[in-house]
Amino acid sequence: MEKTIRRYMPIFVLPTFCAFILGFIIPFIMGIWLSFCEFTTVTDAKFVGLSNYVEAIKDTVFRHSFWYTVLFAAVSLIVINVAAFALAMALTQKMKGTNIFRTIFFMPNLIGGIVLGYIWQLIFNGILEKYNTALGLNEWYGFWGLIILVSWQQIGYMMIIYIAGLQSIPGDVMEAAQIDGASGIQRLFRVTIPMMMPSITICMFLSITNGFKLFDQNLSLTAGEPAKMSEMMALNIFNTFYGRTGWEGVGQAKAVIFFVIVVGIGLIQLRATRSKEVQQ
Amino acid sequence: MKKKRRLSMIGTGLFTILGLVYIAPVLVVLMNSFKKKVYINKEPFILPNEKTWNSIENYVTAIDKYELLDAVGWTVFITVGSVLVILVCTSMCAWYITRVKTKFTKALYLLCVFSMVVPFQMVMFTLSLVADRTRLNTPWGIMIIYLGFGAGLAVFMFCGFVKSIPLEIEEAAMIDGCTPLRTFFNVVLPIMKPTYISVGILETMWIWNDFLLPYLVLDLNKYKTISIAIQYMKGSYGRVDMGAIMAALILAVIPVVIFYLACQKHIIKGVAAGAVKG
Repeated sequence: MEKTIRRYMPIFVLPTFCAFILGFIIPFIMGIWLSFCEFTTVTDAKFVGLSNYVEAIKDTVFRHSFWYTVLFAAVSLIVINVAAFALAMALTQKMKGTNIFRTIFFMPNLIGGIVLGYIWQLIFNGILEKYNTALGLNEWYGFWGLIILVSWQQIGYMMIIYIAGLQSIPGDVMEAAQIDGASGIQRLFRVTIPMMMPSITICMFLSITNGFKLFDQNLSLTAGEPAKMSEMMALNIFNTFYGRTGWEGVGQAKAVIFFVIVVGIGLIQLRATRSKEVQQ
Repeated sequence: MKKKRRLSMIGTGLFTILGLVYIAPVLVVLMNSFKKKVYINKEPFILPNEKTWNSIENYVTAIDKYELLDAVGWTVFITVGSVLVILVCTSMCAWYITRVKTKFTKALYLLCVFSMVVPFQMVMFTLSLVADRTRLNTPWGIMIIYLGFGAGLAVFMFCGFVKSIPLEIEEAAMIDGCTPLRTFFNVVLPIMKPTYISVGILETMWIWNDFLLPYLVLDLNKYKTISIAIQYMKGSYGRVDMGAIMAALILAVIPVVIFYLACQKHIIKGVAAGAVKG
């Protein structure tokens, strides 16, 4: 059978393969190579070794954006997962209207980042106006604004994953714990959470990588105001590429650094929580 | 028993309030979309009154001056087209690489998984160059870019499902004289329907809301998506027309809400399925 299928290779694989080469492999390899070059268009690329990386690391705005992003990812990770887990627990209880509430909490997730940013800009500036200030005047207003925005967007998504996880816990395990006299809190920490580790792994992975990769919301809510102090890594890279000519190589070097950080953190996080998963 | 019932009532009440707070931001924007633009920044939380009421003028400006309906049209076109292309091509590819085991298919699978974790910033500059050079900077060409960049997740999810289909069904079809193409479309495809829906929904949510990729790839003088159009309204020089922006935001949210209410069950299932595999 395999042989007959193999003859059809061009029809089955080639369209995706070619698009994949064009849309991912070529840009990726070119990106790595160009991070070692100085260029404005590809044709005038000149090999300069590691100097782009040196420039990137020396850039204080980039370093600031790194710490700002790390802090953001950490805070959003905690806020989103705690809230989503709590909501999932509450909405799997016997209660009227759980389906409607799930629908409502999930909805913001479908709205795009740019649209979300402008919706919340109106709200935040409306509130801050009363205190004679604005979102673009303080980097921490932008920070907490982004946390609220991203939580609003992603809590519903993570909640759905947690609900699916909760529903897959076999009822007899819970019953056994109850008969053995475990209290509510004991059941939560000794039974529910260990059984939920696969869902927790996924949600933490998603929220931490989403936090690092955040771009649209950052661009539309604060655009880096004041003076690039609320700029996160993705936006900083974008501005390095398109904000000033001659810095494309440095931008690409920053992009490679960014890529390594995102992949590294994702892997570390997966390994850390996977080891806590229990076999059912 | 009575106590439990009361507890559930309190829960419902609490969540009703929380739910209202949750959708309040969208309602505030809706309310402001009917106000005259000068009053929006000053008093965003007050209902429109006689002085501030602007009826549907903001919507007219958004549609006439900023060509927002065109943007909605292009977004629908790009999203629907790309998702269809992705579904057909990647499902065929996934079936082939799970059924035929060679070094090439294994490498392709690993590359697809790898591409899922690469952030877009890593390839954005070079990808826009490639798209320019190959003249893929149109709504038709961008479908190919989306197929390439979105292949990872789709191939991964389809592969996960194909592995669970018993080989005997396909063998039976092939012995009865089906070509691989007929086997795929008449036997495998119907079995994979739930996965098609899950992948389709995840990719739709991504492409519909995507800003940066179309912003860098498309020829912006001719084509804009909704996100790009809104960013342009805000970023353009001169006075920012807050009224038109409010209207544009509402016009951007309406299709999403309709889509959501229409296939809510599938969306929630798709997200849960995508997470388990991811």
